[in-house]
Amino acid sequence: MIEQPEPLHDVLARRDSIVAGLRRLLPESGVIAEPLRLKPYETDGLSAYRQTPMAVVLPETTEQVAAIMAFCSSEGVRVVPRGAGTSLSGGALPMEDAVVVGLMRMNRILDIDYADRCAVVQAGVTNIGITQAVSARQFFYAPDPSSQLACMIGGNVNMNSGGAHCLRYGVTANNLLGLKIVTVDGQIVDIGGAHLDAAGLDWLGLLTGSEGQLAIVTEVTVRILRSPEGARAMLAAFKSNEIAGACVDSIISSGIIPVALEFMDRPAIHACEAFAHAGYPLDAEAMLIIEVEGSVAEQDDLLGRISAICARHDPISLKVAESAEQSAAIWKGRKGAFGAVGRISPDYLCMDGTIPTSQLPAVLRRIGEMSASYGLQVANIFHAGDGNLHPLIMFDANDPSSFHKAEAFGADILKLCVEVGGCLTGEHGVGVEKRDLMGVQFTEIELDQQRRLKSAFDPGWLLNANKVFPLTAALRAA
Amino acid sequence: MIPTDEAGIVAAIQHAAGPLAIQGHGSKLAMLRPVQAAATLSTAGLTGVTFYSPNELVISARAGTTIAELAMVVAKNGQHLIAEPPELGALLGSDQPGTIGGAVAANLSGPRRVAWGAMRDHVMGLRAVNGRGEILRAGGRVLKNVTGLDVCKLLSGSHGTLAVITEVTLKVLPAPERRATLVLKGQPPAHAVAALSAALGSPYAVSGAAWLPADLAALVPSLSWLGGNVTLARLEDFAPSVAYRSERLRAELAEFGAVEMLDDAASAVLWTDIGNVSPLVHAPGAIWKISVRPSQGAGIVAAMQAIGATCMLDWGGGLVWVSGPATAAAHHAVEAATRAAGGVWTVMRAPDPWRSAVAVIPPGPPAMAAIGARVKAAFDPRGILNPGRMVAGA
Repeated sequence: MIEQPEPLHDVLARRDSIVAGLRRLLPESGVIAEPLRLKPYETDGLSAYRQTPMAVVLPETTEQVAAIMAFCSSEGVRVVPRGAGTSLSGGALPMEDAVVVGLMRMNRILDIDYADRCAVVQAGVTNIGITQAVSARQFFYAPDPSSQLACMIGGNVNMNSGGAHCLRYGVTANNLLGLKIVTVDGQIVDIGGAHLDAAGLDWLGLLTGSEGQLAIVTEVTVRILRSPEGARAMLAAFKSNEIAGACVDSIISSGIIPVALEFMDRPAIHACEAFAHAGYPLDAEAMLIIEVEGSVAEQDDLLGRISAICARHDPISLKVAESAEQSAAIWKGRKGAFGAVGRISPDYLCMDGTIPTSQLPAVLRRIGEMSASYGLQVANIFHAGDGNLHPLIMFDANDPSSFHKAEAFGADILKLCVEVGGCLTGEHGVGVEKRDLMGVQFTEIELDQQRRLKSAFDPGWLLNANKVFPLTAALRAA
Repeated sequence: MIPTDEAGIVAAIQHAAGPLAIQGHGSKLAMLRPVQAAATLSTAGLTGVTFYSPNELVISARAGTTIAELAMVVAKNGQHLIAEPPELGALLGSDQPGTIGGAVAANLSGPRRVAWGAMRDHVMGLRAVNGRGEILRAGGRVLKNVTGLDVCKLLSGSHGTLAVITEVTLKVLPAPERRATLVLKGQPPAHAVAALSAALGSPYAVSGAAWLPADLAALVPSLSWLGGNVTLARLEDFAPSVAYRSERLRAELAEFGAVEMLDDAASAVLWTDIGNVSPLVHAPGAIWKISVRPSQGAGIVAAMQAIGATCMLDWGGGLVWVSGPATAAAHHAVEAATRAAGGVWTVMRAPDPWRSAVAVIPPGPPAMAAIGARVKAAFDPRGILNPGRMVAGA
């Protein structure tokens, strides 16, 4: 179990009066304090860790969030912000003495402006909800994390979420214009707006990916983009990871930037094929899914160029989709990857490091060796264009030693990512999961600089204090 | 002081007796507020590409490397700097070249920003020395990285007030095989912005969207033959795509007027001129940059014309370059028009005493001013790095 900061005992002792204070700020249904009803909030997408919070509040307006923060701040109560609870790094894991601020009731789209290509939405709007709201006019919101049906834009902002199309469209940070935030002491502040560049320090950039350490995000102004005329995928299978990696290099160096460039290793191909019957080649060691955009003629041109490049790398098979349906079939296995691995293993950990793309073959070899020595299977899915690697480590949660081995295996993989020039997390965030590994990537001086930055926003360390930074002596002994 | 390595920057900061003016070659000293400092610390001596992996789309260079050199290095591999950082020295009355450290520290982006993001969006990592003389690494050399607080973004655009950037790592992309520019003639600003909005809202990946009034267009060699106001939309891609898309876009823009086309060579020069704001280089007086909701761009132009100022538009109307008299009255007109439109202004060029006295950028919300002061102290507790560059007393 992950270590939690020492609860603030004076806060626990004042539990009833704190809950009563929250009830004065919100309608009846907006405050949850009964143990049974707190259950659903004790974990998130990293379900191995659980902690029942002191209370959950469900505000419906920014003003209510401000009142909650002013109250919690004056009472010295820790706060854990939460969107849909889909974090894979434990970003919404509560603390025993904390109030969880759930933003899911703030789910309205406030404004859509096609002429200026932006939309203003509340933090609890789902990622897919934004695209659905603008799709009739052939617009879309670009970042598309795998959890996009459920995850909320406020969480996306806090985790700087990515997706499969980052190489072309960037991550969340590259698709935002403005935020409405509530500071730890309850002040409502507008950051940015509908214009492209702010003046002064880049608060928007800093708040994005800040994992709830700096403020509560209640509204988001996103860029919306006109959809391309069409998109089509192809599949290329190879005899080794090295060959597939070399093929990725050749595609990029030819000047083509596909909108998606996904890599799957042999275990991932087998798991996905067994699950989705997508027609993946089971004799391949590595497979690429490559997607391009544009008119049909443009797609033909690009897929033709890419096919010619793949053909020079001794492929086992090449399959170019002839239609949207065939594209969907190619994607079907990849998109079902998590479910597919879940089917062959009772439990799995989804890791999320980034490596320089040239290191892929070497890293996969090392992961294979670790897999053998830990005695745990692993399947690797890789956003090959941007270097974001997702090893899925399979284990059995009913066997505690299996879980501990999986965690150690995962930590070893992330250390390897840093060792080869990459980083601990590409899109899932540090959360609690990778908190204690931060020293692998950063010096103590760099971590202290980040801690002072947090302190500038949150002097009392009330915001999500169990995440991102290794626990300090002060937090251990609060 | 012009140290030739990072250790020299550390030493200069550790031994500084008082405030330091932080700069590269000083090409942008005319913008924002003048810094009152007895000593200058320059990164111009930190030069050279330190890492380049074209297939991974990543390049690192020391901060004092000129933009021109970096652009040339990546061009040799058929790549480009995505945000096309402009060379603003001429506009700002300097004969010095811009450095990559300066472009990042000022978060300066060219026309492609409207479609492909700002300079800060492509900073994958950087090294910097804070006001305590500590070396900080932020980000890394990979394209996707959410590890810890995003100090990269905070330092990008901080104008040397938090730390001295010593090295930057950027994402680069393949340069387009072909460019083309569609030109609408004679549009007043409101029609121009509507046309550019249609272009940017099309599926054809427009990567530049600008408007110049007749008098400024006449100063641009590739436009002077057209006569009148010009509205410009750029396409960049493989040649067959550019051919196809320019025909489709021409058809979509036909409702706004007759569409002319500029070829690859003319387009390359034209958009460099627009990014560098070349048409305003010889304009006397002050220069402001206004960032605003694109549909408000035309309104700003009208308000500025009323005080005798000249404007050109980039970013589909979202970036207004204003050339006007260097008077307090003109500045207040800029402030009023920008506030009314919900945007932000930046004083880019003005006489020293004058820009010490006005708000060169809008004052932020009071809550952020307090947080900003604590952030400044968190990086630079002695307040020695470029004090007062953006805001008096900070």
